[in-house]
Amino acid sequence: MPKIPYFSTTSRRKFISRTSATIALASSGLSIPMIARAASPVKIGLIHPATGWAAYPAAQLRYGALMAIADINARGGIKSMGGAPIEALLGDSQTKPEIGAAEVEKMNEAGVHALQGCYQSAVGLASSAAAAKYNIPFSIDVGVSDKLVQRGLPNVFRMADGYGRIAKDAANNLGEINKATGSKAKTVIIVHEESEFGTGTAKLMTAALKEHNLEVIDSIKHANPTRNFDNVALRIKSAKPDIIMPINYPGEYVLLAKTLRQQRVDFMASYSVLGGGFNFKFVNDMPEIAENMIDVNHWYNPGSAAGQAMRARTEADSKYFTFEVYCAYMSIMFLADGFERAGTTDSEAVNASLAASELEVDFMPYDKTNMVNGQNMGSRAVAIQAQKGDVQIIAPSKYASANAVFPRG
Amino acid sequence: MSRNGALMLLVSAVVLLLAPYFIESKFYLDVLTLIFFTAYIGQSWNVLGGYAGQFSFGGVMFFGTGAYASTILLTTFGVPPIIGIFAAIFAGASLGFIVGYMSFRSGLRGSYFALITLAFAELLRVLANSVEFTGGGVGLFLTYAPGLHNIQFDSPVGFYYFSLLLLTISILIALWLERSRFGAQLAAIRENQDAAEALGIDTLRCKIYAIMIMGGMGGAAGTFYAQKYLYLDPPIAYSISLSVEMLLVTIVGGMGTVFGPLIGAFVLHIVNEITRHFIDTPGLSLIVYGVILVVIISYLPNGLMGLFKSRSKASDDGGLGPDETGGTSKDA
Amino acid sequence: MLSSTLTMLPAAIINGVMYGSIYALVALGLTLIYGVLHIINFAHGAMLMLALYAAFFLFRIFSIDPYLAILLIAPASFVIGYVLYRWGIGKLSKGKDQNILLITLGLSIIIENSALFFFTGDQQTVSLSYSYDALDLGFLFLSYPKIISFVASLMICALLWALMSLTDLGKAIRAVAKERQGARLVGIDVEHIFAVTFGIGIACLGAAGCMLLPIFYVDPYTGNVFVVIAFTIVVLGGMGSVVGALLGGFVIGITESVGGLLLGESLGQIGISLIFIIILIFKPTGLFGSRV
Repeated sequence: MPKIPYFSTTSRRKFISRTSATIALASSGLSIPMIARAASPVKIGLIHPATGWAAYPAAQLRYGALMAIADINARGGIKSMGGAPIEALLGDSQTKPEIGAAEVEKMNEAGVHALQGCYQSAVGLASSAAAAKYNIPFSIDVGVSDKLVQRGLPNVFRMADGYGRIAKDAANNLGEINKATGSKAKTVIIVHEESEFGTGTAKLMTAALKEHNLEVIDSIKHANPTRNFDNVALRIKSAKPDIIMPINYPGEYVLLAKTLRQQRVDFMASYSVLGGGFNFKFVNDMPEIAENMIDVNHWYNPGSAAGQAMRARTEADSKYFTFEVYCAYMSIMFLADGFERAGTTDSEAVNASLAASELEVDFMPYDKTNMVNGQNMGSRAVAIQAQKGDVQIIAPSKYASANAVFPRG
Repeated sequence: MSRNGALMLLVSAVVLLLAPYFIESKFYLDVLTLIFFTAYIGQSWNVLGGYAGQFSFGGVMFFGTGAYASTILLTTFGVPPIIGIFAAIFAGASLGFIVGYMSFRSGLRGSYFALITLAFAELLRVLANSVEFTGGGVGLFLTYAPGLHNIQFDSPVGFYYFSLLLLTISILIALWLERSRFGAQLAAIRENQDAAEALGIDTLRCKIYAIMIMGGMGGAAGTFYAQKYLYLDPPIAYSISLSVEMLLVTIVGGMGTVFGPLIGAFVLHIVNEITRHFIDTPGLSLIVYGVILVVIISYLPNGLMGLFKSRSKASDDGGLGPDETGGTSKDA
Repeated sequence: MLSSTLTMLPAAIINGVMYGSIYALVALGLTLIYGVLHIINFAHGAMLMLALYAAFFLFRIFSIDPYLAILLIAPASFVIGYVLYRWGIGKLSKGKDQNILLITLGLSIIIENSALFFFTGDQQTVSLSYSYDALDLGFLFLSYPKIISFVASLMICALLWALMSLTDLGKAIRAVAKERQGARLVGIDVEHIFAVTFGIGIACLGAAGCMLLPIFYVDPYTGNVFVVIAFTIVVLGGMGSVVGALLGGFVIGITESVGGLLLGESLGQIGISLIFIIILIFKPTGLFGSRV
């Protein structure tokens, strides 16, 4: 009598999966021709500054993109193309526009069907222009300069906001928050970094805030990098603004926040726009400083199941759930949807399909996608606030997960 | 140059000229363009650093100033870059004169001179960030409009030939230095400036000419870059990494040689590409690159050209530090 | 606006002095290496970054206060520096200056990218329990970390000055700096002195890293932020001079601070380049340069 072997849980699972695989294979034997016609992959090139000062955002962008690609492939790839899987080609722009453009050439030769990138607007400009020569669809995952979508290039798209619309959103959100407390705040000081990102956004904010009766009494420009903010803090202290508005990169963002605290500068709120350093890590590492700081940025929708799931997954991978992750994910979804509806990798058709996209991204606080000249008009930036160690959306009210603490506690 | 050498040169020139016809890959053409560009700008460093023996850490200032010159003329006054490039050359050479006059007149040599060029480059970068006509921190955007008058091409082939043209001019300049009296004067200054002065060479004038040549060459490179990548801002125009790159390719290739910068640019770029090709993880490939760099320099102290030449020239230490034999003095 | 600017002047000066003392520490390592070995160490910034990371990990993993960590990191840095020069840079460069330049450049690429590979590009900061406690001067709050950094920098400078002026080792170092061949002739082991000097220079970087961490941040590229300033101070103070590095640090710190006050934090940076150029043209040997 044959001994019935004892199966441990794991080996039982393996046995079952192997059995079902055998069954699956057997039944699929009936449709071998279909499998033999397995579709060739849809290649998407990712161009990010993997080495250099922006290596961390680049790593996050790659992570988000690869997660999206894995998910789409697990669900069967691009079904209208026979289940074609997406294949990622990784490129390093080394923070230089010329290298980004060279990567585009390299990927074009490798038969890439779409491109995604580049975090820095300068690199994005050069790379998408290089891609335009071959009409390769190019989705900007992160890159805030509005020049990116103002060149009339039919192959360039951006799902997230540029600084023009973000500035409007930021001003509107601040106006809404301010009104809700009886319009206590009247004056703002902007602290911005010196390049296009900071200077351009600061200019737009100054104009936009006027419409909400908020006056920018000073706009302090600082270098990249800045070693210390003591003078800036003192300047702000003597001007006594109601609101401080940082527009800069992570290192300076955190330094400024720490210095303001050290110099005991008093203000109603720190309300940053595209604050590079405002994220779960910041709130985690420096809770006392971060408490009640507000930022207006790309942010996921914490009220959505998909958003929460993505956050959980990311944190389970020991990574912070920064905006790069879901912006990259969303951009891949957008491209995949474009291929799905076009049913082909022909760039003309895909660009047309992308331009007509009506994709709904459930994990973002966005309306249905609506591409106008390459810019998604359904996107929005939301106001988020650090509250008791977590981050809540406080404006616009449709997506708010908590009330604003304003003035700060 | 030997007959064999001249023949090899001719063959290489023909190969490079015809390359776009048998290189289908636009990517490889682009890689070659970048290599030529780096070799060209390395050669500009070579004129002052290799031939005249004056190391500089701020070479990018000519590149940036030239780029701004032609770009501002284009965006504000509509001057086509094919003319603007001469303004860039003029701007670069003028800057070279100013920096050279101020520095050499004060007797700066060796590392002091190298550092003051760094200081000038930094000064220009900070200024460019604050001044309106350079676009400040926002930078300058150029519109895409292919055409020879714009030095813009809708295919990499155009840029390939333009960079090849620049490279050829730079090689001709180096060849001229090798054979001319001026070049011999520079060599004398490099070997022992005081002796050269004693021999009656106007070392101040010669060095200023050398830095003006470097400046003019750098300026043209700036225009080329601006027209190819269509965006300019202070971090791009005055980046330290370009200053480093121009001395890197030249020293690795062989200072004071005609083909040193080209060989150095070629080898270093290939090493970079190959390491990236095999190693995906960010950073790891550059670690290998750094190791290879150290190895090359350790075993080939005269650069890669040392593989081709026998050590017929008396070796010198490039004038950067105090010469043990009391030669090129670093003291000012 | 002008009146408020003037009232902030004392604060700006004090801030400048505080930061200047730390810049001086970074420059101290460089001035010794540059002054004695006559090499421009392209890897100086990368090594400062390593010191910052060392202090960071000691704090994160073992909860060691960065200022106490100096006692561990400085000696360790000395050893690393000694070994690096004796069996690394010294051997590989065969004494040619441009090769030392490139070797230190290659080294900086290796170090930076190793940091990127092992630590990722993510920026790290530390918050000490006393990070936000401060001395209230009325017109300025002087945070405790800054005060401690200032005092510690002064102490280290004093220590080094004593070493250089009062000990035999210091005499040997100064001899080698002045006259390499002559020193060899009187029996000084020049290679050993070079390595010791390099080690001391790196030890200063180690200490500087510990001081900087509480008031700045670290990522694989932070070292470069301080390098140009360090060079300016070295030239301003005079190569090889400890006192020069300290005073040069103060001058640069104040220039940066007051420049930022008067011209804005972007254009204010110009003061540093201007001083650099002016000193090089009019007095290249610096304030305390040892040679004519």
